Amino acid sequence: MKIRFEKREKKPSKLLIFLASLLSVLIALVFLGFIILSLGDNPLTAYWQLVSWGLGTVPGLIQSLVSMMPLLFTSLGVLIAFKMKLWNIGAEGQFQMGAFAATWGALYLFPHLTNPWFFIPLLMMLGMVAGAFWGFLPGVMRAYLGVNEILSTLMLNYVAIYWVNYLTYGPWKGPHSYNFPVTAQFPQSAIFPQYGVGGLNLGIFISIGMAFFVLYLVRYTKFGFHLNIAGDNLRVGEYAGINVKKMIILVMVMGGAISGLGGMAEMSGVLFRLQPNFSPGYGYTAVIIAWLARLDPIATIIVSFFFGVLLVGSQQLQLFMQIPSSLVNAFNGILLFSLLASEIFLHYKIKWVRS
Amino acid sequence: MNQDIITSTLSGALRSGTPLLFATLGEILAERSGVLNLGLEGMMLMGAFTGFSVSYITGNLWLAVMAAILVGGLMASLHAFMSITLRVNQVVSGLALVFLGEGLSGFWGHGFVGMQAESFNNIKIPFLGDIPYVGTIVFDRDILVYIGYIAVPVIWWFLYKTTAGMNLRAVGESPDAADARGINVVLTRYIYTIIGGFFSGLAGAYISLAYTPMWVQDMTAGRGWIAVALVIFAIWDPVIALIGAYAFGGISVLQFSFQIIQVPIPVNIMNMFPYLFTIFVMLFASSNKIKKRFGAPSALGIPYSREEKT
Amino acid sequence: MNETVLELTKIVKRFPSLTANDNVDFDLKKGEVHALLGENGAGKSTLMNIVYGIYKADSGDVKINGKKVEISSPRKAIEYGIGMIQQHFSLVPSFDVTQNVALGLKDLGIIPDLSKVKKQIIEISKKYKISVDPDAKIWQISAGEQQRVEIIKLLYVKSQIMILDEPTAILTPQEAEGLFETIREMTKNGASVIFISHKLKEVLEISDRITVLRHGKVIGSVKTSETDENELAKMMVGREVVIKIEKPPSKASGEILKVDDLHVMNDKGLEAVKGVSFDVRSGEVLGIAGVEGNGQKELSEALYGMRNYRGTVTVEGIRVKPGNVMDRIKHHVAYIPQDRKADALCGGLPIYQNLFIKAFSSPSMRFNPYFFVPERLRSPSLKFIKDYSISASSVDLEAKFLSGGNMQKVVLAREIGNNSPKLIIAVHPTRGLDVGAEEFVYNVLMDQKARGAAILLIAGDLFEIFNLSDRVAVLYEGQIIGYSQPDESHLEEIGLMMAGVKK
Repeated sequence: MKIRFEKREKKPSKLLIFLASLLSVLIALVFLGFIILSLGDNPLTAYWQLVSWGLGTVPGLIQSLVSMMPLLFTSLGVLIAFKMKLWNIGAEGQFQMGAFAATWGALYLFPHLTNPWFFIPLLMMLGMVAGAFWGFLPGVMRAYLGVNEILSTLMLNYVAIYWVNYLTYGPWKGPHSYNFPVTAQFPQSAIFPQYGVGGLNLGIFISIGMAFFVLYLVRYTKFGFHLNIAGDNLRVGEYAGINVKKMIILVMVMGGAISGLGGMAEMSGVLFRLQPNFSPGYGYTAVIIAWLARLDPIATIIVSFFFGVLLVGSQQLQLFMQIPSSLVNAFNGILLFSLLASEIFLHYKIKWVRS
Repeated sequence: MNQDIITSTLSGALRSGTPLLFATLGEILAERSGVLNLGLEGMMLMGAFTGFSVSYITGNLWLAVMAAILVGGLMASLHAFMSITLRVNQVVSGLALVFLGEGLSGFWGHGFVGMQAESFNNIKIPFLGDIPYVGTIVFDRDILVYIGYIAVPVIWWFLYKTTAGMNLRAVGESPDAADARGINVVLTRYIYTIIGGFFSGLAGAYISLAYTPMWVQDMTAGRGWIAVALVIFAIWDPVIALIGAYAFGGISVLQFSFQIIQVPIPVNIMNMFPYLFTIFVMLFASSNKIKKRFGAPSALGIPYSREEKT
Repeated sequence: MNETVLELTKIVKRFPSLTANDNVDFDLKKGEVHALLGENGAGKSTLMNIVYGIYKADSGDVKINGKKVEISSPRKAIEYGIGMIQQHFSLVPSFDVTQNVALGLKDLGIIPDLSKVKKQIIEISKKYKISVDPDAKIWQISAGEQQRVEIIKLLYVKSQIMILDEPTAILTPQEAEGLFETIREMTKNGASVIFISHKLKEVLEISDRITVLRHGKVIGSVKTSETDENELAKMMVGREVVIKIEKPPSKASGEILKVDDLHVMNDKGLEAVKGVSFDVRSGEVLGIAGVEGNGQKELSEALYGMRNYRGTVTVEGIRVKPGNVMDRIKHHVAYIPQDRKADALCGGLPIYQNLFIKAFSSPSMRFNPYFFVPERLRSPSLKFIKDYSISASSVDLEAKFLSGGNMQKVVLAREIGNNSPKLIIAVHPTRGLDVGAEEFVYNVLMDQKARGAAILLIAGDLFEIFNLSDRVAVLYEGQIIGYSQPDESHLEEIGLMMAGVKK
C-alpha cells in the first residue's frame, strides 16, 4: 500500500477550514489525554481544571484576558511577517526588547514625568521602537544578505533574554528588591489605567484595537495588497514594481513594533517592573496562534483568548493537581502537528493505492 | 596559573562542543537528503531526559544512551512522516517538534529534577593521554567525546567516498535526477532524517549524562538552535562542523575562564556571545556563491513528489 | 526489424483537470526510430513518463518483448532496459560527469570505483563520437554537453529502449544534426528509439514511423516515407494550419529602446551578458535568436530592471536606472517573462487580482492606497476575461489552476490590455502553448506592432523568430555575434552564428 496525494481543484471553504481546525484541537486533546494518563492522572478532570476557572469565573475570565494580551500582541506581530512567508520567530525577543525600552523610559530616561497623558504614549513609542529595531536587524540581514530569518530572529531572542537578565541582575536591580533580580516599580504615571481589581487594564483594549488595525492594514490597503502578492511569490512582487527588499524590512519592522508594544503593555499594564523570565515564551506560542488563526487578525483575537485560558488553566493544574505546566508546551506541539496534517487533508485528496 | 586556565578552557571547549557536534553532524545528514529539521532542540531535550531517566532507573549508562538515541530517532521519524509523506511545511513541523520535546521532557522530567544518576567518567587514553598539554586536553575525556572524534572522519568518508553517500547527496541536490536513476528518494530521506534524530538524541544524552550530569528542565538551553546555525556555518561539511562546534563550545566556556582571570564582562553578556557569533557567521555563510560551490542541498525543505512538479 | 520490443495498449491517464492519455496504443520495433508527434499538452511526455515509471497509468497494459510488465518506478524501467532523457535533464549539478553516469548503477558496491566508470565513458564517447569531458562538473558545462552526458548514461547501461523527450529544443541546428547521427549509430547497434517532438521537419528527418497524438488520443500512425509535412500538420492540429502569420510590414520609426554596452552577471556571479548594444524602434520587432543559456535570461531581466547591470539602457531617450522595475513600468515597458508561473503570476491569488498586480505601479491606474478593496477589481477584470478570451470558471479561480495558454493570456491582458505599452519585452512567449494559444499570442504581438509598440522578442524557436520579427540578432555567449534576415534562406547562416561562428 502506498499513499498518493491528489491536489484538490478548489480552495476549501471557510467552514471546512474552521471544522478542520476544530478537529485538530480535538485530536490534540486526545493525544494529550494519553500523556496525562501516563502520569496516572485523569485527563478529563485535568481538562475540566484547565478551563473551568479561566472560563467559568469572573476573576478567571479577567485573568484569561490579561494572559491573552501579550499573546495577542505577539501573534499579530508574527502574523504580518507570516503573510509574506517570512518566518519571524523573533516575537519573543521583540517583546522583551519592548519591555526593556518601556522600563528604561519609565525608570531611567524620564523618571520625573508625572502626566500620564504624555508619559504613557511616550513609553508606547519607546516599546515600539525597540521592538521594531529588533525586527529591523533580521529584516535587513534577510533582504540584503539572504540571511535566514528563522535563525537570526531566534538568535536575537536569546540575546534579548540575556540582555534583560543582565540588566535585572546587574545595573537595574531595584533598591528594595531584597537581592532578587527585579527592577524598581514603575511610577504611577507610567502605569496603564486599571479597571477594577482583577488586572483588567487599558492594554487589553489596545491589543484588541491593534487586531482591527492589522485587519485594516492587510485587507484594505495598498500595503496589504502588496503583502499578498509578495507573500505568494516574491519574484512576482519584484516584477510588479514592488521594492521587495524594502517590503521585507518594513514587514519585519512592523511586526517587531507590534510585539514591542506588547512588551511595553505587559510592563505598564500587568507587571509594573522588569524581571528575568517575565515571559513564559509568549513569542513562541504566538507562532501557533497565528497559524491556528490561519493568519486572520480577528480569528487571532479568539485563538489568543483560548490560549490565555489555557495558560491560566495550566497554572491551576500545577497548583491543584501538581501537573507540570510544561504540559501546555506538549499540547502546543501536538496541536501544531495535527494542524499541519489537517492542512494537507484540506488541500489534497488522499488515496491509498495498491502497488 | 594561566596555563591551567588555558587547558581548562580548551578542554571545556571540547566538552561543550561535543553535543553541538553530534547534533550538527546529524542535521548535516538530514539536510543533505533535503529535509530541514529545525526540531533539534526538542529532540535533544528528549534525548537528555530519556538518557538521564533511564540511567537513573536502570543504572546502565549504555542502555541510557541507546534509549536516548532511539527516542531522538522516534521524534525525527514523526518529522519525517510529516514532511516527507504528508509534505507539510518543514519549518513549522520542526518548530512543533521543539514544542513537543520541551513539553514532554518538562512534563515527564518534573519528578527527576534534583536526582542523581550514573554518568560518564573521563578515560585517559594510554600513551596519547600523556602528551603534555595536548594529552590532558584531548585524550583525557569521556568516551562520548572520543566517539565525536571518530564520527567526523567516518561521516566525511561516507558522504564523499561511498556509493550510499553519493546517492544521499544526489537526493538532496536533485531528487528528480536521483529518482530517474532508480534511487528511492522517499526511503533515503526517511533514513537520514531518522539518523539525524539519532544524533540529536545522543547529543542530548551527552548533556545530561556527561556534561552536566543531572536533569534540569530546558537544560539544552538553545544548543539545538545553535546546531542548526552551525550546519550553515559548516556549509554541510562534517569537517568544518567539527571546527565550528568546538569553537562555539569554546565561546560558551570562556565566561568561566574570564571570571577566573577577572575579565570584567558580566556572565549574562558573555552568554550572548555564541548567539551573536552565530548571527555574525550567518552574515558570511549565507551568500549564494558559497552555497553553490560547496554543493549545498538545493532541494532543502522542498517536498518531493514524482508526479507533481512545481 | 519486425520484432516488437515495446507495446502499449489502451493506456489511460487522468489528471484532476484533464485526461492526458485516452486509450493510447503504441508500439516500438527493434532498431527503429519511432517519433511521437503532437502539440504541447497533447500527452506525449505523460505517455513516456508512464513507460519510464514516473507516472502510473490509471489503466492499460505495457508489454516488453511480448511480456506484460508492471513498471512502477524508474528503477523497474531501468531493469527492463528502458532509458529516458527528459526535457529537464536528470543530472546533479555539483557532481562531475563520471559521478553522474555512475549514480544509481547497480554494480557499484559500497565504494564506487569511479576510475573504471570513467574509462568506459571514454570508450563509449570514442565509439559513438560523442565528445564529453568526464571530469567536468555539470553546472559548468553547456546544455548541449549535458545532453551528451545523458546519452552516455543510456549507452553506459546499454538501454535497449531509449526515449528522447524534445531533445533538439536546446540545440543549434548543427548540434541537432550531430544528435541525429548519434541516434542512427545507436539504432544500428540494435537499440530502439522513441523520439518525442512537436517539430515536423526533424521528425520527418530522423524517424522511421510517426505516431500523432492530439488531446491525449492517437490520431494515427504512419510510415515516414509515406507522409509529408502537410498531412502531419493536419493530423497534429486537427485542421488546416496557417503556419504563416500575417506579418504587417515594418513601419519602424522613432527609436524606443537603446541598449549600450550592457554587462550583466548571472546567479553564479559570472558575466553572462558581455557588452551588448542594440536598439529597437517603434513599430518594429527585433528577434533575438540563440541557444538557451547564452545570456537571454540575464539580458531580459536586466532590461526589465529585475537584475543589476553595467552600461546604459534608455527608453525613448530617457536613461532608466539599473535594477529598478518601477522606472520601467512608468515608461510603459511591458514584460512577458520566460517562466510565467514563477515570474509573472501569483498562483495562489485569484485571476482578478493577478490582472491587477500592477494596480499601484502602473501609470494608467489610480487607486487609493489607504482604502483599497481588492474585491472591487472583480468587475473591471471581466472586460479582460472577455477581450482576451480567457477561459476560466470564474474570476475567483486561483491562477495556478489555469492552463498554460490561459495563464499567458492573463499576463498579456495585464501587460498589454491596460496601458498601451511603448516597449514589449517578450521571452519565449509561446513556450508550452498549443497552436490556438500560440496564434493568439502572435496576433496580440502583431497588433501591438501595428499600433507602434517596439517589441524585443527573445525566443529559442527559430520559426517563431522568423514569423514575427523584422530583424534578427543572434546571441552567443553573452554577445551579439551578428544580425540576419528573418527568413528561411538564412537558416544556415543563423544556425552557424548560434554555434558561435561569426559571419
